[in-house]
Amino acid sequence: MTAARVALCGVSKAFGGVVAVDAVNLELTAGEVLGLLGHNGAGKSTLVKMLSGADPCDRGEIRIDDQPVSIRTPRDARRLGIETIYQDLALADNLPVPANVFLGRERTTRFGRLDEAAMERATRDVLERLNPALSDLHRPVGQLSGGQRQSVAIARALLFEARVLIMDEPTAALGPQETGQVAEQIERLKGEGIAILLVSHDLHDVFDLSDRIAVLKNGRLVGHGPREALSRERVLEMIIAGSVVGGDLPPR
Amino acid sequence: MSSATPSLVGRVLRRIEIDVRLLGMLSALALIALAFNRASDGVFLTPRNLYNLAVQSSVVGVMACGMVLVIVSRHIDLSVGSLLGFAGMLAALLQVDGLLAGSRLSWPSASLIALACGGLIGAAQGWWIAYRGVPAFVVTLGGLMIFRGSAYLLTDGRTVAPLDPGFERLGGGIEGSIGVGPSWALAGVAIIVIALLTLRTRAERRRHGVTVPPLWAEAIRVGLPVLGVLAFVAVMNAHTLPRSDVGRGLPIPVLVLIAVGSSMHVVSRATRFGRHVYAMGGSPTAAARAGIDLRRVTLVVFTAMGLLAGIAGVLTSARLGAGTNSMGTLSELAVIAAAVIGGTSLAGGVGSVAGAVLGAVVMQSLENGMVLLGISSAVRQVGIGAVLVLAVWLDTVWTRRGDAL
Repeated sequence: MTAARVALCGVSKAFGGVVAVDAVNLELTAGEVLGLLGHNGAGKSTLVKMLSGADPCDRGEIRIDDQPVSIRTPRDARRLGIETIYQDLALADNLPVPANVFLGRERTTRFGRLDEAAMERATRDVLERLNPALSDLHRPVGQLSGGQRQSVAIARALLFEARVLIMDEPTAALGPQETGQVAEQIERLKGEGIAILLVSHDLHDVFDLSDRIAVLKNGRLVGHGPREALSRERVLEMIIAGSVVGGDLPPR
Repeated sequence: MSSATPSLVGRVLRRIEIDVRLLGMLSALALIALAFNRASDGVFLTPRNLYNLAVQSSVVGVMACGMVLVIVSRHIDLSVGSLLGFAGMLAALLQVDGLLAGSRLSWPSASLIALACGGLIGAAQGWWIAYRGVPAFVVTLGGLMIFRGSAYLLTDGRTVAPLDPGFERLGGGIEGSIGVGPSWALAGVAIIVIALLTLRTRAERRRHGVTVPPLWAEAIRVGLPVLGVLAFVAVMNAHTLPRSDVGRGLPIPVLVLIAVGSSMHVVSRATRFGRHVYAMGGSPTAAARAGIDLRRVTLVVFTAMGLLAGIAGVLTSARLGAGTNSMGTLSELAVIAAAVIGGTSLAGGVGSVAGAVLGAVVMQSLENGMVLLGISSAVRQVGIGAVLVLAVWLDTVWTRRGDAL
């Protein structure tokens, strides 16, 4: 078996006395979608923050392509090819589309001047694959629809050749039609060999979109396995009761 | 314009890609000027009065350029009036009593030290805000008191005068302009720069296959500022020195405002730093997650604001020909009002340098016009206060229906 794109080896994080994530081991391979389930407070967002550099882990090791890495800041994560699409999308509503796509990584000309034309061109190219209907890039993104905003956030990850994509509750704010668009986009990203961590508390989404499923409860990994090997009832039980991996799961 | 489909005017304006809000403000300014001109029997629009108006606007205008970035990044700076007073006093004191007093370098070195001091104080305030987490309102309210007191302590309340005639030129008095020839030369340079910038933007957009505005739209976009430059220089040149027909040309403080305004415009619109200031104002979380160092941005914004207050201090004492304790009292409010009238949103993320400078000119026009009409200072305050509220209200109405345009 090839080395995992990302491997979390016994990562932990505590806030004061409260252990938010407790010795979690998790692997993610290129071109697969791992659905991460759990209640509010199960440790999902803390895990996301560790990987995205918002809040580094206390103990344990994160390996990318079998190399141990240190992720202390959002910049570190981005440099390693880890892109995060946050639940709130982390867009600056007052800025137009290209400015948001290139936020923090603006292209400049030789004299340090923003290269608006180049950024607009690159944004158009990515959005053409993603959401061709979105063509007025000069409007502030605050004026766009939910689905369009989602496309902008995904475009941001794609443009910088994400190798690992974390999607935090990607469908929470969307209608059924837009959720369908996101599903299509996830398929396409998988096809490009990106490893996707899909974080959600929505059982249906995770079952529809994931290849493998992992469940967190009180900061511990209480179960994981391929989607085909898991029933919805079984996963629900893990989420609620936190019953640890039973015999019906193949060992990993 | 009230219908959902864009009106013809709206479509044309969008095509030209001209800032509609700026255009609205220019029209408002034109209305104010025409009204005052009528009421003052033609005095308001004389070259002499417009020259004075330009000089009067420059101090608040310079500071408003920095205040835009402060407010856009969701902060406020209440200390700029006191800082102006402190820096102006320092510049006055050092050229009269400093180590280099009496030498040729006296006033230039005094001015530079005052500017540096403004920048350092701004940086110190920014550090308290960014790295110690004290709200900007509190830090700069403290600064308002500290630097007003410090300005007094510098001389124990004495007024420092007379100042070096070379220094006083910075204030735009009789010797304080650059003459007719150099003014036209500068106008020429400005027009060439505007044209070259437009051509370069077109070329860049073409190269990247991004749509280019039609030529007629570009002609209007270049034509309006060019006409503005020519008209402005013509008016400044038409104001003559006393008892002669020698034109004065551009006043030095106005040149300072133009230099500050264009640099701050470029910084805010065309650099990564400027982009980060706006991103931070739009959404601090989004900016932080994009890897932007919000604390560093805050520090730089306040440092720039301090430096600009220092420049304003030098201009003010040069104009007065003295360093006095009351310099800049309450001007922080005028500066904030100018930025807000110029379309800066106190919620952060929205505002432009050009708007803030226009806001300063609008405020000064009201003040100047009412003085011409012999209106008392108490009534002037009431008037300007009312206009401030009215302008912001109009702006919210405008923004709400902005989509329909």
